[in-house]
Parts: sequence; structure tokens; C-alpha cells
Amino acid sequence: MQEETISAVITALGEGAVGIVRISGEKALAVGERMFRAASGKKLADYAPNTLVYGHIYEDDSLIDEVLAVFMKAPRSYTAEDVVEIQCHGGIQSLRKILELSYKEGARPAEAGEFTKRAFLNGRIDLTQAEAVMDIIRSRSEASLKLAVRQQNGQLAKALRSLRKDLVDIVVNLEAVIDYPEEDIEDVTFTKVQESISNSCAKIQHLLAHAHTGKILREGLRTAIVGRPNVGKSSLLNALLKEDRAIVSEYAGTTRDVIEEQLLLDGVPLVLADTAGIRQTDDYVEQIGVEKSKQHLQDAELVICVVDGSEKLTQEDEEILEAAKAKPYVIIVNKSDKDIHDNLLALQERFGKEQVMALSAKTTEGIEEFTAWLKNFVYGSEGALSDGVYVQNARHEQLLREALSFLEDAGFAAESMLPYDCIVIDVRNAIDLLGEITGDTVQDEIINEIFSRFCIGK
Amino acid sequence: MGFITGKYDVIVVGAGHAGVEAALAAARMGGKTMLATLSLDNVALMPCNPSIGGPAKGHLVREIDALGGQMGVSADKACIQMRLLNTGKGYAVHALRAQEDKPYYTMIMKEFIENQPNLELKQLMVDKLLVENGEVIGVEAETGEIFEAKCVILATGTYLRGRIVYGQVNYECGPNGLRSATKLSGSLLEHGVELMRFKTGTPARIDARSLDYSKMEVQNGDDVVRNFSFISDIKTREQIPCWLTYTNADTHKIVRDNLHLSGMFNGLVEGVGPRYCPSIEAKLVRFAEKERHQLFIEPEGRHTNEMYVQGMSSALPAHVQLQFMRTIPGLENCRMMRAGYAIDYDCLNPLQLKPSLEHKAISGLFSAGQANGTSGYEEAAAQGLIAGTNAMNKINGREPLVLRRDEAYIGVLIDDLVTKGTNEPYRMMTSRAEYRLLLRQDNADLRLTEKGRALGLVDDYRYGRFTEKRTALERTIAQLSSINIAPSEENNAKLLAMGTVPLRSGSNLLELLRRKEITYGKLQQAFDLPVLHEQVAEQVEIHAKYEGYIAKQYQEVERALKLENKKIPGDIDYRAIKELSSEAAEKLDKVRPTSIGQASRISGVSPADVNVLMIALELKRRKEQE
Repeated sequence: MQEETISAVITALGEGAVGIVRISGEKALAVGERMFRAASGKKLADYAPNTLVYGHIYEDDSLIDEVLAVFMKAPRSYTAEDVVEIQCHGGIQSLRKILELSYKEGARPAEAGEFTKRAFLNGRIDLTQAEAVMDIIRSRSEASLKLAVRQQNGQLAKALRSLRKDLVDIVVNLEAVIDYPEEDIEDVTFTKVQESISNSCAKIQHLLAHAHTGKILREGLRTAIVGRPNVGKSSLLNALLKEDRAIVSEYAGTTRDVIEEQLLLDGVPLVLADTAGIRQTDDYVEQIGVEKSKQHLQDAELVICVVDGSEKLTQEDEEILEAAKAKPYVIIVNKSDKDIHDNLLALQERFGKEQVMALSAKTTEGIEEFTAWLKNFVYGSEGALSDGVYVQNARHEQLLREALSFLEDAGFAAESMLPYDCIVIDVRNAIDLLGEITGDTVQDEIINEIFSRFCIGK
Repeated sequence: MGFITGKYDVIVVGAGHAGVEAALAAARMGGKTMLATLSLDNVALMPCNPSIGGPAKGHLVREIDALGGQMGVSADKACIQMRLLNTGKGYAVHALRAQEDKPYYTMIMKEFIENQPNLELKQLMVDKLLVENGEVIGVEAETGEIFEAKCVILATGTYLRGRIVYGQVNYECGPNGLRSATKLSGSLLEHGVELMRFKTGTPARIDARSLDYSKMEVQNGDDVVRNFSFISDIKTREQIPCWLTYTNADTHKIVRDNLHLSGMFNGLVEGVGPRYCPSIEAKLVRFAEKERHQLFIEPEGRHTNEMYVQGMSSALPAHVQLQFMRTIPGLENCRMMRAGYAIDYDCLNPLQLKPSLEHKAISGLFSAGQANGTSGYEEAAAQGLIAGTNAMNKINGREPLVLRRDEAYIGVLIDDLVTKGTNEPYRMMTSRAEYRLLLRQDNADLRLTEKGRALGLVDDYRYGRFTEKRTALERTIAQLSSINIAPSEENNAKLLAMGTVPLRSGSNLLELLRRKEITYGKLQQAFDLPVLHEQVAEQVEIHAKYEGYIAKQYQEVERALKLENKKIPGDIDYRAIKELSSEAAEKLDKVRPTSIGQASRISGVSPADVNVLMIALELKRRKEQE
């Protein structure tokens, strides 16, 4: 029996020269054909299975990447289902785009361990490996549970919870009126329902546009290193670059006419803005002054604010610190190889211990702690869950998109004054999808809410 | 010692709404059946509200009817007022609700039962369930008589150690002063059956002649005469109105001042009551800020002056009940004929049951209705029908009838009970059904009649009417989709006359019918189509107008079915699967789901547990293959 078609990146993210996207399931070939154009002009299906075919991935008519694709016919594949694998350039951009395209063409994000699970259920893996598979599922799900729990405190979770609550409210109101038509319950108006739904739609759109980790993984964390001249910005940058295991790409920014650089710092992709020619002129960054710093702050998602810990803070320092506060920020008290004690204490007191780090760009003392801080900033306190986080977020995003589409339908139904039962279907589907992110099920919740909110019954 | 006085295929204990349907189904399927009741005068008694139907409940009645059950036919006959509720809220939640002539309903049902071949109705107090080697062999009555049976269906309602409480009044009793079954609980416990204690209640009845109707709002039945049953042809009906009035601050003060005297709060009521059917005491405590509560005054029948005070269920002392009712507009001089009361009773934890409603540990023991922790006449009747059918399926060596959640409210009801259990009397609501658009009351026959026919529950007459309707429906849909209308001047003039926008390109009539303003009736006149039976025309319209949403729901069903179709063998040892969370292992072991789908609905079983379970099953299968 064939299952839904799933896809995921099966190579370590952004860390190799080549990345592979695997698509598995009944529709794998169909999904693959819609994305891939062989250089020969033939279809993938025209080649014998297991043939590596050279070509390009297109989204509509725009070129995404130059790739090799291979079709493996069931049961001769890892999962024993039809599989298409696409080998592309290892950069995050390219992998993300191809993966997203596969969702768009009918695959859904694979869950943790799902390829292996399918392989086993389809008779591919022998008995001795089965327990290991169960362990993987168990541990991965615990890891994602931890992620979910962490998200309870995060911005995204907060937003999701309030969003879900708004939707549950709509359903509770409609359901109460449906199930208790003769009770003394104020009927809801279509206008109110419509308003509430369109608010929720706007919130999801906002989330999709700003979903923090997802966006970081997709585009990198837009980071600005600021500080008055000669506090050690360029040495910090160089120290960080030494930690960088792979320069992912160097490309013309799409949104601004400047050069940006991506680096992957222990799993955290950073986009450093306006570092053009950094390798050529070592002190370019160093020359960035207050005004330029403020300008860089504008569209940064993280501001790394560097001060010289061995000197008294200047008016310029203060101005930059003040400006940085408007953004997510971290203050680096540099030159810990000298005496920075008093400055560190004072800054920690003012901004909180979490926001202030001591390091020496010169001796690289504290660099490791700083990269740990960055990981924590992006992924939460457990550190990077590498592909776990990645899959999770792709899935969340996909779920949010689906939820949005259901809500748009519901909004249309309310606007057209279609009956309640039609509106409820789509809103409930949206709630279910959000519940898949937060791990909540709705069934009892709605009934409990009806009884706690309305006094009903004979 | 007892002596054997009879031998049956099926014995049904209790002749309430569950017992009656159970016994009729078993007998219709050819089983020699005995129906035991504590009082021959109270068969299919409605001890609480005088109404049948409403959202989800009306759906259940239609489903029971489609499967050849009796409730719909009797409710149509004894009906004294019928309304179609939720008409503005969509076809899926349209719900018929009838006021019933209670004594007449009992009479009709008794007549059906007495005249049903294969069925013996007996007044009998059953004291013991007889079990041998894990199999039911019969029951023993208080007279010492032993009745042997291959299957026993418990439909004991609120009679198992039933106890009535109001104020300090507190005595062992079934509803309405009927006998309580005091010994059967003990026998069930001896056989390892797990019991729970639930509570429900009923309001006072007052004299119709003592009310001032000028102070209440009248609520009449619909002008259009409708019926529950797909085979009822009742076209005229004399209806009796209900009356609406409200409590006020004075009422609330009296109730609050006397709360300590209520059975609900003086420690006499032990059982867990339903949230959707709270006593007036509970309403005032839980919704203290609400300034008034509505109540309906409903007639109990054509030949009685008793009026049911819906919304005023209470376990306060009788004099307090009278006192607070007399503060209510219209009831100032009311005479109370019976006081309201709370009733405590034993019931089975439904988690012990298979989806067939057979007990997991005791072969041949079935249970249905309030005995399974539900509430409501309709919920009871639905389970009774399934229990009776499955008792006979078991005897005949056939697969049990298990309706899926996408097939019937009955399926949702039973799946909820045996998968999730319940910690209060369970009431059916449309919001419990995830595939509500598919489970409409208008299409219950299309969903279920074939199934009933295959089992021998649906007779030739019903089946003939059904196939006729189905054929007309299919023919009409085919016809409408084959007639193409060009955007000609003549056609567009017709459309404008129907109140809709003209066509720009060609369209078939089925597509036109999707438009909100268009009905089959309008199309029929404009394009000279055949006149259809009202029910068929409605089906055609729903088919056209809801198509997109229905397709959406079918997609969901298809996804869910993949998991439903993955069966779990009965001998699986959940505790040996160490990768399951301990909570999941415990729950799975208790529920013992029959499919992965059912397992995934158990609370405490996570998606990861479901994945682990699937792998463990595959492991087991391969080991067995070797």
C-alpha cells in the first residue's frame, strides 16, 4: 500500500558541496517531473530507473538550480516506494527552494524517521534494525517535543496559541448555537465571524512572513555588527570566520543593492550585511561609525554591539547601545584579555546578564560561548537540533500555509453567508493543523468550552 | 436453586429505548428473543423529557429508522408537535425535534413488541447474570427461574441500584417509583464487570390548568408536517404548543437560600451528573452572574394535564421546588403534580466493550444505553439496535456491524464510548462528528438502508421505497448534468426571472443548481423537468450546492480510512513494546483498539506511539511468518 508522498533534505544542511532532496511515495515521479527539466528534453520516466539524469529545477519558468535527478522505482529504493532524488548545490537557498517546490507540487514534509519507518514497513530493513527504528522515532519525537515545549515560551508559540484560541472561540460559538438552538445563547453574526477569521488570516500571514527560525534557516539570520571605530569589530568578524566551517555563498542581495555574505556558525546561518570586500580591506568593518551603525541596525534581526571593555564607554558607545536596544541584540564586551571587569559588571547590570558577553577577539577566548549564545538565540536553550529543527520548521510552515488556505475558504464562506456547518468545517481544519504544531487536539476542548461558557441544558 | 424455564438465543434485560430496539432487531434477524422488563406497563417509558430528536439526536433517530429500527415510526405516531430546528444553519445540522404523547408512545411500542414474531415480552426481575468459562449462559430471575441464552444484552437504564434523591427523600428506586434492580450489580461485579456510578435528574411536573398562559410566550409546531421515519406517511397532525418563560432574581434567591437542602449538596447524591443537563441548583452555582434562565413548559400527552418544566431539574425538597416555581411568570399559582428528583445508578464503564458492544472479557454479554454511561432516549435506542444486531451476528457466526465515524452518528457514538470512555453521562452532539456534512439527517437512508437490508433488518416495504427514491435521485442528477443551457436570450431571461445573474457561457443544469438563488422547483418550471418528490428534490439540491464541501470531507475520510484499515490483532502485548510511552501502553492495553485508527484516537497515545505501534505490528507479523 502506498502512502502520501513525502520529501525532505537527506544530507546535512548547508555543510556539503552537494545536497540531496528525496521525494518518496506514490506521486514521487509526478512531483519530480513537474520540477525537473532534463537537459535532453526528455522526461525522467523516459530513462531507465536508477539513471542519473542531468538537468535543471524550475519553478514555473524561473531557474532554481542545476541538478542531477534519479528515479528509483518501487520496490527498488530505500523506502521500497517510488523515489525521486535530486542532487543539487549544497547551499541552504537551493535546498530550501527545491524542498518547498516539492511541497507545492504535492509532497508533504517528511516526519522524523519517516523514510526509515516506511522502509521497514515495506519490508526493506531486517528485524534486527526494527528496534533501532523505534528508538529513532521515540528519541526524535522527544527532541521535537522539547522543541515544542521551548516554543511554548517563544514568540511563535505565543502567537500560535492566541491564534488558535481565537479560532476555537469562533467554533465554540457556532457549535453552541448549532447544538443548542433553543437555548438562550446570543447568535453570532456573519460579520463577526468574518471579522474574526480575517484577523486570524492576517496573523498567520504575519507569522509566515516573520516565522523566526524558519526564516533564519531559509535566508540566514540578518546580522549587523556595530560599534564605534576601533572596538574590535573586524577582529571579531575574523575570529568568527575562523569558526565557520563552510562559506555557504556569496551573492548579490536581492533586496538591497549591496553584497551580503552568509556564514554557517555551528549550524546557525548568518547573513552579514554590507561586508563587501571584507577580505580585501581588513579594516572596512572597522571604519563603520555611528551613523553607519544605525543605518545597519535598520533591517537587522540581530545586532551584535561591540564595545571595548578596557576603555571607559564613550558618548558614541552609548548612542549605539541605545539604538541597538530597539532590536534583538547582544553586547560584546571585547578585549577580555585586558581588564574589563568594571565595564562588564556595569553593562550586565544595565542590560541583564543574558544580553552581555565578554570575549577576546584576539585570543578567541569566549568565542565558543558566543557561538553557543547564537545557537541558543536561534534554536532555544537545547542547542541546534540540526535536521530535526529544520524538518520541524518546514513542517510548521507548511501547516501554517494549509491552515491559512482553509481560513481563507472559511472567510469566503462567511462572507457569502454560507451556512454555519460549512464555515465550521474549514475553521476546524485550520485548528487541527495548528494543533499539529502545538500538539493539541480539539475535540474535547470545544465541548468543554461550550459547557463552561454557556449555561445550557434542560 | 434455580430451575430452567426457558431457552433463548438472546435475552434483553430492560425494555427501555435500548432494550426495545435490541430485542426487535434480534427477533427480526430471526433470533428467539426474550425481553425482560420490571413493569409491563412501562415499556419504552420516557421518564424524563417528553421529546425526541433535536440536533444529533434527531440524526440518530433517522439512522435507527434507516436500519429498520422502531423509534422513528413510533415517534411520528405519538407526536403532538414537530419542529425542524437549525433551518438557517445548513443542511447538515437541520434537526427534527418532536414533542411526544408519552403514554401513547409506550402503548404503541408495547403493541409493536407484543406482535413481533420470535419475541417474548416478560415482566421479570433479573438478579443474576450466569457465566460459565468466560461465556454468558443466561440469567436468573428473583423467582429462581433460570433462562438460558447464547447472548445477554444489558439495557438496564437507571435501574441498577437506582436511588432517587430530593431534599431528604432518599430511597432505592428506578425512575418514577418503579422497582430498582438491587442485586444484578453484585452479580456483575462478581463476574469482573467494572461499574461506575452516574447521576441524572428530572424536573417537576405541574398541572396544565394551574398556569397563566398570557404571561408566557407560545411556541407552536411547524406548519409543514414532517416525519422522522422514511416510511411514515403522516400528512396532517394536530399539534399542541409549548410555552416559554424565565426565572428571575426571586427564583434564584429561593434556590440559593435552600442549596444546603438539595440532594446535590447535602451529600446524598453520589453519582457524576451530566454537564449538559444540570439541575437548576448547578446552573445557579456555575453561572452565578446569569440573571435569568429560560424554561419551557411542555405537555406530557394529549390525555393528561401534566406539564414538564424543562430547565428546572432539581433535587431540592418538594416544598422548595413549588416555592421557586411560583416566582416564575405564568407559574404563580401552579400546582405541582410530581416533584423533580435526582437519580443515582450503576452503569458499565464502556471501555470494557468492543466496538460491537460485546464485553471484551465475557463472551456473549452485550450492553446498551444508559447502562453504557450515555444519556438520552435516542442514544440508548441506537446502541440497542446495534447490540441486538451484533448478538445475532455473533450467534450466526457473522462479522459484527460496526459503523464507522464517517458512516453514522451511531458510529461516532459507539467509537467515542469504547475508545475514549466517558466520565459523565454521554450525550450526542453534532460537534462530536468530524464528518458532519456527510452525516446529515436527510441522507441517513442513503447511508444505512443497504447495510440494514443485508442484515435482515430492513423489510421489503422499506427497501422498495428506498430503492425508488435512490433511483429517482440518481436519474435526476444524471439528467441535470446532461442538459446544457446556452447563454441565449431566452435562457437568460429565464434566469433573470429566477432572480439570478445571466449566463456568459454554456452551463449544465446541475451547475446552475449550485447557485444560491436556484432551487430544483425553479429549474423544474423553467426548463420543464419532471416533478420530484420533495425529499428527492432536496437531495438533488444538497448534492449540487454542497458538492465542494462534501468532496473535501470525503478526502479527509479517505486519509483517515488508511489508518482505520490497518487492523490490530487481538493478542498483541502492549506492555512488551518498550518503546511505547508507559501511559500509551496502559491505555492501549485497557482499550485494546481494533485498528490503528482507533488507537490514534485514544487520549494519551501520541503520533510517535502510533508509529511505534505500526512498526511493532510489522515486527510481530514477520516473526509469525517465519
